[in-house]
Amino acid sequence: MEKITAANVESFQNELTSLIEKIHTESNPKQKMKYLKRIDKIQRSISAYRSKSKLSRETKRDLIAYSFIAPNFIGFCVFTLIPIVFAFALAFLSWDGSNPIEWAGLKNFKSLFKDKFFIAALKNTIIYCVGTVPLTMIVSLGLAILLNHKVLGRGLFRTLAFFPYVASLVAITSVWKMLFHPSKGPINNLLFNVFNVQQENLPQWFTGSLVLLSMIMFSVWKYMGYYMVIYLAGLQGVNGELYEAAALDGAGTWAKFKYVTWPQLSSTTFFVIVMLTINCFKVYDIAIMLAAGGNGELTLNSTVLVYYIYQKAFIEWKLGYSSAVAMVLFVLVLGVTLIQFWGQKKYQEG
Amino acid sequence: MKSKSANTIALKTLVYIILLIMAALMIIPFLWMLSASIKTDAEVFRMNPFVWIPKNPRWSNYSEIWTKIPFGRFVGNTVFLTIIVTCLQLLTSSFAAYAFAKLEFKHKNILFMGYLSTIAMPWQVYMVPQFIMMRKMGLNDKLLAIICLQAFSAFGVFMMKQFYEGIPSSLCEAARIDGMSEYKIYTNIMIPLSKPALSTLTIFTFVNTWNDYLGPLIYLKSQEKKTIQLGLKMFIGQYSSDYGLIMAGSVLSLIPVIIVFLILQKYFVEGVASTGIKG
Repeated sequence: MEKITAANVESFQNELTSLIEKIHTESNPKQKMKYLKRIDKIQRSISAYRSKSKLSRETKRDLIAYSFIAPNFIGFCVFTLIPIVFAFALAFLSWDGSNPIEWAGLKNFKSLFKDKFFIAALKNTIIYCVGTVPLTMIVSLGLAILLNHKVLGRGLFRTLAFFPYVASLVAITSVWKMLFHPSKGPINNLLFNVFNVQQENLPQWFTGSLVLLSMIMFSVWKYMGYYMVIYLAGLQGVNGELYEAAALDGAGTWAKFKYVTWPQLSSTTFFVIVMLTINCFKVYDIAIMLAAGGNGELTLNSTVLVYYIYQKAFIEWKLGYSSAVAMVLFVLVLGVTLIQFWGQKKYQEG
Repeated sequence: MKSKSANTIALKTLVYIILLIMAALMIIPFLWMLSASIKTDAEVFRMNPFVWIPKNPRWSNYSEIWTKIPFGRFVGNTVFLTIIVTCLQLLTSSFAAYAFAKLEFKHKNILFMGYLSTIAMPWQVYMVPQFIMMRKMGLNDKLLAIICLQAFSAFGVFMMKQFYEGIPSSLCEAARIDGMSEYKIYTNIMIPLSKPALSTLTIFTFVNTWNDYLGPLIYLKSQEKKTIQLGLKMFIGQYSSDYGLIMAGSVLSLIPVIIVFLILQKYFVEGVASTGIKG
């Protein structure tokens, strides 16, 4: 078979047409046979060339696409995917990071539920979530609805609401700790001087049983601006005609909210709830910065899951045990994601 | 009729009152921070009378913080990390997102599933094995570790892809027929159109990297590698009653994020709306 390339494909095609013409005029059967064989050969070469070039065109297309993906995907694979696989394996192992790895099976998980620090961490994390998620959602939805009206200084307010979100935790928690300082802070000062709360009854915001409440209040304050912007984006998608129709039916403000705004925002609300819940499960910095004592440690009152993961891994070097705690965190987050997934599907179908 | 307009005015007033109270709640901690940063430690908690701007503002708080701890070093490290991470994140994720949104290729769905499956996976779940791996690679106590950790997120790819899918494919088709290469289409057509998404991603990445605490806490051990958050936390631990200084350091640590946010915020609402992070 002759080699056909992009350069000589045309000359072969010309030969083919002239051969076909010749075959029509040729009377000698032997010569005719010879021409036919030659035609067949050229046709096969050409079709082979065509399919090959098609193949290489596809390969080229794939290679271009991969060149777009590669820079991110390689980094993502090495620094995210592989550690994730490793994390699942680690939960069933026993390892201190330097000595040989031992198989532990379900031992890590079994001892978790006898560990009172783990139980406290799990309980506190869940209480923190249950407190923060609905409050943040209600406040940010309320603000978004107010701000969706034509009010003066709308842009300014939106910018201000975002300040707590972008501010670093270290900086802003130290302000909170000053404002809520148990003996000198202005908040307790106000309670003492204006509301006549007895000196010994003044709340200790960052120790004891009030710690979680302080964390919840702080989180609502910090994150409401962000979720408000998300709700504002959602409100822009609500059809204005629906409100007009509702007004014609004599709907008041509350009825408009109940029958138009709320159902129209359902997908935004689902999203907000999931993002909030996942972020709450991940809480660490807020607890450390608001509640940790001078030694940087959290007590049973304030410990959270991620703190426990960190403590077990980087202080005690019980890597397997720490990964088992991480798996509990993962299952919680996965659960919320799945519930959201099904809930949204069901809502859209119903 | 009259009572109705009176009602609207009452409602309007109520809306303004609520918004004013909320605005005050949001801004007071920042004003307190600014005010305390130019006070002496004794003045910070003096309530009767409470003054926002003291008679003799202690501007020296702002100069002292640079000498009490290596604040300049911390700022330098953080600026370096944040700029590199933000550039890498924007570049690599918009690049990958273009392929996922506008190109057809083999294994596209499987590759994208790889990203999608990790989007709800908190970093805290795999931070321990990641640390072990990075330590093996010799990245412990290196700024490079934080770059590797922050620069290649699934979130960025996902967000940019959502945005690109909103740009009509006919634009790319037309350019392809004109003989433009995919790289040209990306730089000349997609990038100029994706300002809102890129600005939104910049804000997220910049804020996250600048304010990250746990990542640097795990990786950066030596003093000269520390970021501004670690440094500030260390300072608070050592000088817990130097309130004026703590506040001055805090104000300084906020300035860059606030500036970036103010510059890019006009695209932000649009970005949130069009990238589908609103769900």
